[in-house]
Amino acid sequence: MMTTAMHRHRREISVALAIAVLSAALAVAAPAFFDPTNLLDLLLANLPVLIIALGMTIVILTGEIDISVGSIFAICAVIAGVLAKSGMPMPLVAAGACAAGACLGAVNGALVAPARIPSIVATLATMVALREGLRWITQGAWIQDLPEGFQWLGLSQASYPFAAAGTAFVLALAFGWALGNLPAGRAAYAVGSNRDAARLAGLRVATVTAAGFVLLGALTGLAALLNAVRFNQIPSNAGLGLELKVIAAVVVGGTSITGGRGTIAGTLLGVALLGMIGPALTFLGVSAYWERAIQGAIILTAVAIDAFRVRPQSHAAAVAAARA
Amino acid sequence: MLLEAQGVTKAYAGVRALRRVSFDLHPGEVHALVGENGAGKSTLIKIMTGAVQPDAGTLSVSGQRVAHMTPALSRALGIAAIYQQPALFPDLTVAENIALALEQGGRWTRIDWRKRRRVAADLLHRVGASIEPDRPCESLSMPEQQIVEIAKAIGAEAKVVIMDEPTAALTDREVDRLFAVVARLRRHDAGVIYISHRLDEVFTLADRITVLRDGDTIATRPKSALSRQSLIAMMIGRELSAVFPKRPVALGEVALEVRNLRNRAAGLHDISFAVRRGEILGIAGLVGSGRTQLAETVFGLTPLDAGEILRDGRPAAIDSPAAAIAAGIAYVPEDRRQHGVILDMPIVANASLANLPRVSHHGLIDRGAERTAARGHVERLRIKAASIDSEVGTLSGGNQQKVALARWLSASPAVLILDEPTQGVDVGSKAEIHDLMQQLAERGLAIVMISSELPEILGMSDRVAVMHAGAIRAILNRDEATPARVMALALAEEGGGTAVQ
Repeated sequence: MMTTAMHRHRREISVALAIAVLSAALAVAAPAFFDPTNLLDLLLANLPVLIIALGMTIVILTGEIDISVGSIFAICAVIAGVLAKSGMPMPLVAAGACAAGACLGAVNGALVAPARIPSIVATLATMVALREGLRWITQGAWIQDLPEGFQWLGLSQASYPFAAAGTAFVLALAFGWALGNLPAGRAAYAVGSNRDAARLAGLRVATVTAAGFVLLGALTGLAALLNAVRFNQIPSNAGLGLELKVIAAVVVGGTSITGGRGTIAGTLLGVALLGMIGPALTFLGVSAYWERAIQGAIILTAVAIDAFRVRPQSHAAAVAAARA
Repeated sequence: MLLEAQGVTKAYAGVRALRRVSFDLHPGEVHALVGENGAGKSTLIKIMTGAVQPDAGTLSVSGQRVAHMTPALSRALGIAAIYQQPALFPDLTVAENIALALEQGGRWTRIDWRKRRRVAADLLHRVGASIEPDRPCESLSMPEQQIVEIAKAIGAEAKVVIMDEPTAALTDREVDRLFAVVARLRRHDAGVIYISHRLDEVFTLADRITVLRDGDTIATRPKSALSRQSLIAMMIGRELSAVFPKRPVALGEVALEVRNLRNRAAGLHDISFAVRRGEILGIAGLVGSGRTQLAETVFGLTPLDAGEILRDGRPAAIDSPAAAIAAGIAYVPEDRRQHGVILDMPIVANASLANLPRVSHHGLIDRGAERTAARGHVERLRIKAASIDSEVGTLSGGNQQKVALARWLSASPAVLILDEPTQGVDVGSKAEIHDLMQQLAERGLAIVMISSELPEILGMSDRVAVMHAGAIRAILNRDEATPARVMALALAEEGGGTAVQ
């Protein structure tokens, strides 16, 4: 039993080991890495990635992908700024950012689920359209002169990180629990493993798929807000390349890019590993040129492991095809 | 001797698949290989085709010892294999698929398209099929794909042809055609290794029969030295009392009625039938006669255009599988690996998937109740698995089918539609599934069973509906349903009798 559990969670275990090895190296070679200020900065910088990665895990579990999250992130940040400047109280600003994200997610969901456009194409289109639309409307201008209460959500700079991190971890716990214990979570795995079989089991496949995108959109809105309040102005080009960071973290965390397999715990670890590797290398004195290469190597390793871990049946089918 | 394997032993991760198995094949011989799923047949085939290496033992082809068999070498030595699941390239045409197996031009040789088509057309003609060489393989039905595979093997002028459940997806007419191909191979002094769960075929075709059980060779005998009963006994290690456990059941009210159903997209028209509680209605017909389409229409996958579906006498609007499930209809589809089970998921999650509300409390899955239910199914259906957490993809075909059944039994439907419930399932599991159908009928379920296997239809059904070209030609009572009558109706021959409603 113990061995099956270890076998099933071997990805989580290996990512955790990688984090442990990296931490050990840092503890010996660069203990300054563990300075509380540094850790706090690192945490704050990675919270948006973590929150979006929760939603991305669901979307990838259902066998889809969303590469428009960077654009949605930028739009939601701008909307949050505009709402705050109009004098809206912060709770409503937060709700507005999430609702805007959910609506944009629903557009993706509608393109992918009922219209059956492959998600990589549909979200590539929305990624470009939303990004360009935002640039056209804002004319590239940043949102400035934000009200007093916007920065740090109206909290003090010292207490904000705990509130934000608390929110993120509560969300992570909730998602991890829901995937295992709610029929909707089970449906996400089933749809990603085998759409046809899921439909024949009476699951509403299109609804499940679309719901994943809506959820991801809403979380992207929240992440955009939590990121925006760290600064006193909001750029209209935020979130460039964010989708790659998020997808990389989810995949490194063991979620199968073809759907049906993955855990929230794995995603947390994936975000942690990819989030700390860059700064850690700097602390260890590795040239900045190597950072990206090493990140790439980690992602490649993760994907390669997935490729070698093909299901026994499809492997047999591949062998049969090779023989025929 | 065309092929000889001696003392072959193979273990996977310590689990023994074959133990000192010997097998040989003469020119012009059909040597059948039988055994339950998991007996080691596939492993033996994989060793012969070089897909896996034996731990011990020797392999000789045409008297020459082959030290290290590889897939390429086995092809070069004239060994061709046709699998239960055709392995064609779906986006390529029939001619291209055949050419890929036969042509040996260099990487930069110009392709002679006209010759490709001619070769393909010729080969298809030789196996008696009328398939257009330019059709993409994606558009072929399962039997047609199987025929293309056979054409490939013939074209390669294989000396050893391995057929692994080649008739699983074929109707009787196509089976006859396949038999003619086997006879032709035999005349040309090729050897055929024939694997099938259908004992009728084994007795029709084989010269010798080898029985494997749990990785051991139980016996190799000439066909004349074996009876059906003794062969089954050797395969399962125990005597089967009766082949079909059908017993009369007191019929209840009409549970499902279909009136004048039409579904243009699925090619169905004028379909009317009724099934009572406790009754098993068999649906016979050739592949392509609309049997599966009928099941899919009643289950809401392809909603009907006209007509009515009544459940317990009340009209039911069934426009999706979810609506069908809500109306108490369950459907175990034909292709279990594609549609019936989710291979990546453990048994426990597969079993509860159609029934999550029932194992949930206040919207939460009750893991304890779910596991208890799954354990009950594993025990009752005798599903062989290490634990209920085993992924369904690791189970044998018969056990996967039982998991598919378990999913629907836990939903306690009133109407159960089974599409080829025992296709590609070993003899032991088959008997268990038939037994289970009988028990369900006794509990008052109305069962609709689609099957290509005539003995199964005749043995298990109270009445038999015979379909042809998208319509029901006749519904026969058990005592009227003779093999000849059902076949005649399915083939739409005159003299098949007037339609009996």
